[in-house]
Amino acid sequence: MMPLTSCRMKHLTDTSHGVRNKCLQLLGNLGSLEKSVTKDGEGLAVRDVQKIIGDYFSDQDPRVRTAAIKAMLQLHERGLKLHQAIYNQACKLLSDDYEQVRSAAVQLIWVVSQLYPESIVPIPSSNEEIRLVDDAFGKICHMVSDGSWVVRVQAAKLLGSMEQVSSHFLEQTLDKKLMSDLRRKRTAHERAKELYSSGEFSSGRKWGDDAPKEEIDTGAVNLIESGACGAFVHGLEDEMYEVRIAAVEALCMLAQSSPSFAEKCLDFLVDMFNDEIEEVRLQSIHTMRKISNNITLREDQLDTVLAVLEDSSRDIREALHELLCCTNVSTKEGIHLALVELLKNLTKYPTDRDSIWKCLKFLGSRHPTLVLPLVPELLSTHPFFDTAEPDMDDPAYIAVLVLIFNAAKTCPTMPALFSDHTFRHYAYLRDSLSHLVPALRLPGRKLVSSAVSPSIAPHEDPSHQFLQQSLERVYSLQHLDPQGTQELLEFTIRDLQRLGELQSELAGVADFSATYLRCQLLLIKALQEKLWNVAAPLYLKQSDLASAAAKQIMEETYKMEFMYSGVENKQVVIIHHMRLQAKALQLIVTARTTRGVDPLFGMCEKFLQEVDFFQRCFIADLPHLQDSFVDKLLDLMPRLMTSKPVEVVKILQTMLRQSTFLHLPLPEQIHKASATIIEPAGESDNPLRFTSGLVVALDVDATLEHVQDPQSTVKVQVLYPDGQAQMIHPKPADFRNPGPGRHRLITQVYLSHTAWTEPCQVEVRLLLAYNSNSRIPKSPWIEGGEVSPQVETSIEGTIPFSKSVKVYIMPKPARR
Amino acid sequence: MPEIRVTPLGAGQDVGRSCILVSIAGKNVMLDCGMHMGFNDDRRFPDFSYITRNGRLTDFLDCVIISHFHLDHCGALPYFSEMVGYDGPIYMTHPTQAICPILLEDYRKIAVDKKGEANFFTSQMIKDCMKKVVAVHLHQTVQVDDELEIKAYYAGHVLGAAMFQIKVGSESVVYTGDYNMTPDRHLGAAWIDKCRPNLLITESTYATTIRDSKRCRERDFLKKVHEAVERGGKVLIPVFALGRAQELCILLETFWERMNLKAPIYFSTGLTEKANHYYKLFITWTNQKIRKTFVQRNMFEFKHIKAFDRAFADNPGPMVVFATPGMLHAGQSLQIFRKWAGNEKNMVIMPGYCVQGTVGHKILSGQRKLEMEGRQVLEVKMQVEYMSFSAHADAKGIMQLVGQAEPESVLLVHGEAKKMEFLKQKIEQEFRVNCYMPANGETVTLPTSPSIPVGISLGLLKREMAQGLLPDAKKPRLLHGTLIMKDSNFRLVSSEQALKELGLAEHQLRFTCRVHLHDPRKEQETAMRVYSHLKSVLKDHCVQHLPDGSVTVESILIQAAAHSEDPGTKVLLVSWTYQDEELGSYLTSLLKKGLPQASS
Repeated sequence: MMPLTSCRMKHLTDTSHGVRNKCLQLLGNLGSLEKSVTKDGEGLAVRDVQKIIGDYFSDQDPRVRTAAIKAMLQLHERGLKLHQAIYNQACKLLSDDYEQVRSAAVQLIWVVSQLYPESIVPIPSSNEEIRLVDDAFGKICHMVSDGSWVVRVQAAKLLGSMEQVSSHFLEQTLDKKLMSDLRRKRTAHERAKELYSSGEFSSGRKWGDDAPKEEIDTGAVNLIESGACGAFVHGLEDEMYEVRIAAVEALCMLAQSSPSFAEKCLDFLVDMFNDEIEEVRLQSIHTMRKISNNITLREDQLDTVLAVLEDSSRDIREALHELLCCTNVSTKEGIHLALVELLKNLTKYPTDRDSIWKCLKFLGSRHPTLVLPLVPELLSTHPFFDTAEPDMDDPAYIAVLVLIFNAAKTCPTMPALFSDHTFRHYAYLRDSLSHLVPALRLPGRKLVSSAVSPSIAPHEDPSHQFLQQSLERVYSLQHLDPQGTQELLEFTIRDLQRLGELQSELAGVADFSATYLRCQLLLIKALQEKLWNVAAPLYLKQSDLASAAAKQIMEETYKMEFMYSGVENKQVVIIHHMRLQAKALQLIVTARTTRGVDPLFGMCEKFLQEVDFFQRCFIADLPHLQDSFVDKLLDLMPRLMTSKPVEVVKILQTMLRQSTFLHLPLPEQIHKASATIIEPAGESDNPLRFTSGLVVALDVDATLEHVQDPQSTVKVQVLYPDGQAQMIHPKPADFRNPGPGRHRLITQVYLSHTAWTEPCQVEVRLLLAYNSNSRIPKSPWIEGGEVSPQVETSIEGTIPFSKSVKVYIMPKPARR
Repeated sequence: MPEIRVTPLGAGQDVGRSCILVSIAGKNVMLDCGMHMGFNDDRRFPDFSYITRNGRLTDFLDCVIISHFHLDHCGALPYFSEMVGYDGPIYMTHPTQAICPILLEDYRKIAVDKKGEANFFTSQMIKDCMKKVVAVHLHQTVQVDDELEIKAYYAGHVLGAAMFQIKVGSESVVYTGDYNMTPDRHLGAAWIDKCRPNLLITESTYATTIRDSKRCRERDFLKKVHEAVERGGKVLIPVFALGRAQELCILLETFWERMNLKAPIYFSTGLTEKANHYYKLFITWTNQKIRKTFVQRNMFEFKHIKAFDRAFADNPGPMVVFATPGMLHAGQSLQIFRKWAGNEKNMVIMPGYCVQGTVGHKILSGQRKLEMEGRQVLEVKMQVEYMSFSAHADAKGIMQLVGQAEPESVLLVHGEAKKMEFLKQKIEQEFRVNCYMPANGETVTLPTSPSIPVGISLGLLKREMAQGLLPDAKKPRLLHGTLIMKDSNFRLVSSEQALKELGLAEHQLRFTCRVHLHDPRKEQETAMRVYSHLKSVLKDHCVQHLPDGSVTVESILIQAAAHSEDPGTKVLLVSWTYQDEELGSYLTSLLKKGLPQASS
């Protein structure tokens, strides 16, 4: 090591900045190795490395300076404790001419401040001292108004993670004027002379208050650079939205750790809801949600917040609904306002219905006492007169009821205010929207509510048991007569499907198992066909069913493999095994239906390669496949390799019949990928008219659930009435990720066609593209490139996984 | 002694009539050429006779720079160039060049057609004047002549506003014009690099103000307008046709759209439409948001804002009217104000600064009874609100800009004297630089020490490099060479080359020095002792004892001779050429200390 060091030392003085740059990088990467080598002089060696790097903080070349700081950060990352002396050096670099140096220096200061938060540093030109973390905080705040936006982003981001900073420094970030408690008088005498308040600058909000005030003090020392004041005020109104987003994020993190700060920064956050750039608005809504435990919204703030509900972006509205779910409102007017705005939102954007109902559910259950006085007004009841019964299907009315019922849950006096029809509506909603309407203790309806509520909780367990049991039953009954097996499979599939519909959390497992069973059922049915017994010329017609079954099994296996998230290796083996059986079936069917042997040669060859490939891929799992088709197949492999195609087919046929039904182990977590197209809604009667030959853009908005890596797998398909199909790959930026397992696709699809005489419907649907290579576990020797191209089993295909939506379009002939 | 001289002809401890003369390294530059809104007599234009009484202005000025199109920065331009007479180049940015003539024409119309002034510049003069304009791009370095160069930086404030750096050699001045350090709804923030000018001339309109967050202001503004409209009142917002007007329009437009309000918003004068056209055009000068979204929708295409007709002022029902000019000193805004002042439901919002003497200033100061022309007294019952939307940097912003540019000294213009004084103190305290605030006509002289570039011949440089180690920025280093000054350029060459170039023969220059030594021994022995002494002291020099009894150290010769009178004293003759001066003088001082006592 030592020679390496000395060698580096020599090159560090090289005239080329590139050489010095690389040397420093090397030092950063190897720095701590010296520690282990020179064990005795450990501290010394370490400091040496830091000192060597530190010397290059004042190099003449900015690139070298940057490299030096980066090397220092690298040392820190690798676990070396940086020396506190670096702090002062780094502070000098904050006024460097080059932005990359400043940006790196900010980072370094942050690192040091996290290492030595409680150390005391002196304030220049005075004998005052403050904590290092406060000093660093002030310095980084100052950088929020740097000339370069790269530095500003960096500084704003880092501010968020400085939680140890003292609260009065923190609060200073929200006021551009230097607060008096961040100044110290030089002498006690002066201190006694006057007590002074906020500052000598005026706020510019009143006309005429900007006459110069009396000079307050010249001898005072600023504990914080006055440039650092109002860092967040600056950050939040920066011209680059990148800086604003960083500032909002930082604000969020600091507010989470300090409730008092959260209260103070609320106004600023609320103002950010009016930002011009959507990302910033969205970010600030999310931020607000995260800190909503610490805060209560005032009415005027709520006003601003609610105004955003009219935003045309669905993302923003939904984020806001989520925010409202966990917001504390202080007055009943606030609740009323929120309700009114939400209803307005509902009429303007009916697609937000579910989100709004959910939002009102939480709003009601959080503020029962505030809702109570509003009930008569909301239900428009009158003390003397009966009023008309509202329409039960009106989403707005349902929204109001959701709010009230949820509030009534913890407010027993509320049901007394309900009119008769309200109770009826309650019963109806309790059944139809049970996830939104809680069980209430209503007078005279005790039985219903008490009977329902206890039965909900344990309900889940028996259904799971039921699932297990029905599967067990199928697997155990291996040797039932064919008829019985078929029937049992059919019943079980039906049961599973129904179960999936009832219990959404079991839907994935149920569907997955049902699909597998269906494959098996198809296979059994195909093997029972009469065609195997009749003479060759006759089964041409009958073979349709068998080959269709083979094809369908293939499709189903691809669905099983690629449409579910959470599928593990042990399931993949079974799925592949099933596919292999389907291929065997296909081979047999073709062998029986085609004349001549020549095409068979190729097919047999291919099939055997597949078997070989299967064996190589799943060699580790083979022991689990006792008695299975492939198990037997592999036993006979040597014989198969040498025999003629006709014999091969014969052997396969017997083996297919003899093979047992493999048990499909259930994965822990399995979810079926699904997609719903929200837009286009497919209800429009007005065709989308455009000139033929030109394109028309169709907005597509869909939610995707449990899709892994949607950017590369999800496609949009457009089917024209003439059978022409078009596949569109959405841009990666079109996918949003609002929550774990959920994605949203908002994209534009371009349609075009030649002229039509009549408007007609095109179908739009989403496809899940798959590539069979992606799932196969890679063995080392496969990666070694031994796989010959013809065994390349990468089969690419697509599975439709959303309902198709019809869009009415009309390409007009171009006018000349 | 080189110096920079600055004389404000206008805007010195005052707002309005910006016009600043700068002489830098023999070049004279005029910064801005504005009119004063508070005056209607000769005082409205700067006193150009200060520059020259009878000569052509063109001979005295190298160029004129206009920072932006506000009339207090460009209003006197046609008068200056056509009536007083100036034919040199006038520099301004493209948007300024486009919008400036519109405003000048408007100004001319009001002055000539409405007030009936004679001896005012004509439309033709405006056209002729604009022909002399040279448009510059942001960050483009324009070479005015061989030495003088100017460069524009983005300044926010209004569309096309720029700060200018004026540079001659290594001396430079930055003039900010009006600028804004916080971005608004349509423009970005001013920005300058660390150009370290000798002098920064900055505006200081808001010298004593640190504004709250701009978002609070916007919220307040919208709330006030909304409330007034809700109760059926009319809202008058006096603005200058360009600048704040566009920002407030965007603000109200988006608010109206969001809140779905129906009350009409009007914008007075046809001037705006023309100007709005330019706003749509110069997208690159606007802020990030507008630049990013103009493909979908240009923010300056307003849906709710319609052109105003004089008859609309009497329409019943609520409305919002933007009217020019912004300080209620004349024109349409004043007319509407008179109509609406009597109703307490109505409101006037002053979004910016008002110069003393204008109606705007009076009502903001709380005056409720105004004396109008013809002895009428107007009672103001309507609400008067002030809202600082003016796009000038506040004290914080000014300090921020000073911090960014790192000037050697600062000069404040375009502000009130008392407030300047305050800010001056703050700047001096915080940045430890000199700060000036001259009044109109007062000259500030700044001595400068410009660095003079000297070219070094490659041969000499390489020789030096070969001799020593790497150049170290922190340590000064001695270098021998000859400085040749020829046609005001400087070169440093080796002496041989200098001799050759100048055709001179080389002269040898030798210093000789006698050192008396008390030594009774013979000359040879003395020489021997000197030799051994020097040998031991000067380890890294070549010390030789020659056969003729003399001693040499490098090229320095030392001979010992007996003193003619006193045999006990020896005289050492030390001789060296002037190139070895350093070593030679060291040697003599060493020998003067005497030889160490011989060990024998």
